[in-house]
Amino acid sequence: MKIAVFVKQVPDSAAKVVLEGGVVSWGDAPLVINPWDEYAVEAALLLADKYGGDVTTFSLGAESAKEALKHALAMGCAEAVLLNDPAFTSADASASARVFAAAVKKLGDVDLAVFGKQAIDADTGLVPAMTARVLGWPALTLGAAVSQLDPAAKSIRVERGIEEGRQVVESKLPAVLSVIKDFAEPRYPSFMGIRKASKAEIPTWTLADLDILAPESKVSWPEIISPLKREVSSEIITGSNPEEVAAKLADKIIAEGIL
Amino acid sequence: MAGKLWAFIDQFKGKATPASWEALGAARKLADEIGAQVGALVFGQGVESLAQSSFHYGADEVLLCDDASLADYRGEPYAALVSKLAKEAQPEAIFFPTSTRGREVAAIAAIDLNTGVLPDVIEIENEGGKLVATRPIYAGKLLTKVVCNSNPQLLTLRVRAFGKPAADESRKGTSTKVPPALSEAEISTKVVDYATVEGRVSLGDAAIIVSGGRGTSNNPNLTPPAEITDEKQKEIWRAQQGFKMIGELAEALGAAVGASRAAVDAGYVPYAHQVGQTGKVVSPDMYIAVGISGAIQHLAGMRTSKVIVAINKDPDAPIFKMARFGVVGDLYEMVPALTKAFKERLHK
Repeated sequence: MKIAVFVKQVPDSAAKVVLEGGVVSWGDAPLVINPWDEYAVEAALLLADKYGGDVTTFSLGAESAKEALKHALAMGCAEAVLLNDPAFTSADASASARVFAAAVKKLGDVDLAVFGKQAIDADTGLVPAMTARVLGWPALTLGAAVSQLDPAAKSIRVERGIEEGRQVVESKLPAVLSVIKDFAEPRYPSFMGIRKASKAEIPTWTLADLDILAPESKVSWPEIISPLKREVSSEIITGSNPEEVAAKLADKIIAEGIL
Repeated sequence: MAGKLWAFIDQFKGKATPASWEALGAARKLADEIGAQVGALVFGQGVESLAQSSFHYGADEVLLCDDASLADYRGEPYAALVSKLAKEAQPEAIFFPTSTRGREVAAIAAIDLNTGVLPDVIEIENEGGKLVATRPIYAGKLLTKVVCNSNPQLLTLRVRAFGKPAADESRKGTSTKVPPALSEAEISTKVVDYATVEGRVSLGDAAIIVSGGRGTSNNPNLTPPAEITDEKQKEIWRAQQGFKMIGELAEALGAAVGASRAAVDAGYVPYAHQVGQTGKVVSPDMYIAVGISGAIQHLAGMRTSKVIVAINKDPDAPIFKMARFGVVGDLYEMVPALTKAFKERLHK
């Protein structure tokens, strides 16, 4: 079974992200693999271990995104490919999906393309389903578990996390799977894995390699703005015992008119 | 931009989500400004009554597909039908609620319709026929204006960012029955089961959220049962007693239960409860943070809550800077006292 897993490089979730002269800045916070994508890599590796197969990881981004790929390699992916071309700059979700679909096709014979739920920078959560549609594959999004997979019969059973709980879906393969945190805790890269990843040659596939037209972005973002500063007049409630504090607090909350 | 604005009515087992009416209401409001017609897309099985409700909430027209193949939500048949109808009727924009289903249908349909999606929108302005939307990025640390440069412009509206419209039961409209776009044989997925939690208030819809953090495990006075010998398991057991109290407070308030990432990672509660940058981003009327210090990732996920209440032992916890009301104290004393105080006042 051939599995492709997609990772993105993003500013660390602990970064203070601010606007500096109209441009997004995260100070000296590190760029890391998107936390959701670590779950995707873990899912891909677990499925490959259990059902047989190997995992190739892809990232769309600049040269620096090779660091995110190295993290995925160190976790255990067999191969990594960077998708980089001037034509991919400022790609929106649909343009990214077209690049990913082309990469899946070029790799060939892929049974499962795995994504994280969303990236913590743009937060769109659109790319997995869009990629599925470009490929003409079913989108099995927000997977919390894969309870069955049969590479020979080309079938899979996924438990999806939805607002109301879980939805269990059976699907044909190939398919796109996006995973949520319930799937499994991502492993730490092993010492051997890190050594191997640091020496890995990571090829770059350009627009010409993918043999597609330059993907057209449909969405533009003319202006980034800082959210209004939260003006809070804080009040610490005190009293001689918890009951008194609770009574005061409950009265004040009711006076705010929210209940 | 005379023309059509559509809203996708997201339903589960025949019941529309509140966010669907918010999306429909937003479409109605905009349509009134620009002189457009509002259509509602109602798909499912046994969903005819939702067509009526759609008129009450502002639709002029309902496109109704009531079919066994749509009984359970599946991305393929739902999105294929949205795409087919949109190709025929050419609406200017389609509004979806930002739910797991709404977001997925929009994403798939966008590819079919060769257009884009503006996801998780919190504000919409009309600038000469083009919609300029505002949406959070970096979990709300920043906002961005976004524009979709082809029609139909697909937008998913953040739950609770747009008010729920008032139902006007005298409103009527035309309902058109449409056939499904795909036959069962053309669909590669099957829904085989559900594991749903009855009566649970979902985090996204909740008007009030009571969340617990790492502090819930911090009660040395609680003695775990003798059969729990592992230290980690003892800690989890203690935290779960704290979450039991939080659950009782939530019940008294009709609230949903949330949690910090630290509490989820430590195994105290399942991930479905996590609020924050790698959990759910929420915006309730009131957010009560119990034993949560307020890491930047958590604050990003709840900062737009109208009123924030913090209960924490540590007077220097960053959460207090965001809080309208704070209590420095032991959550094991404060939470039950608060539950009792609310029960007395709300006559429960």
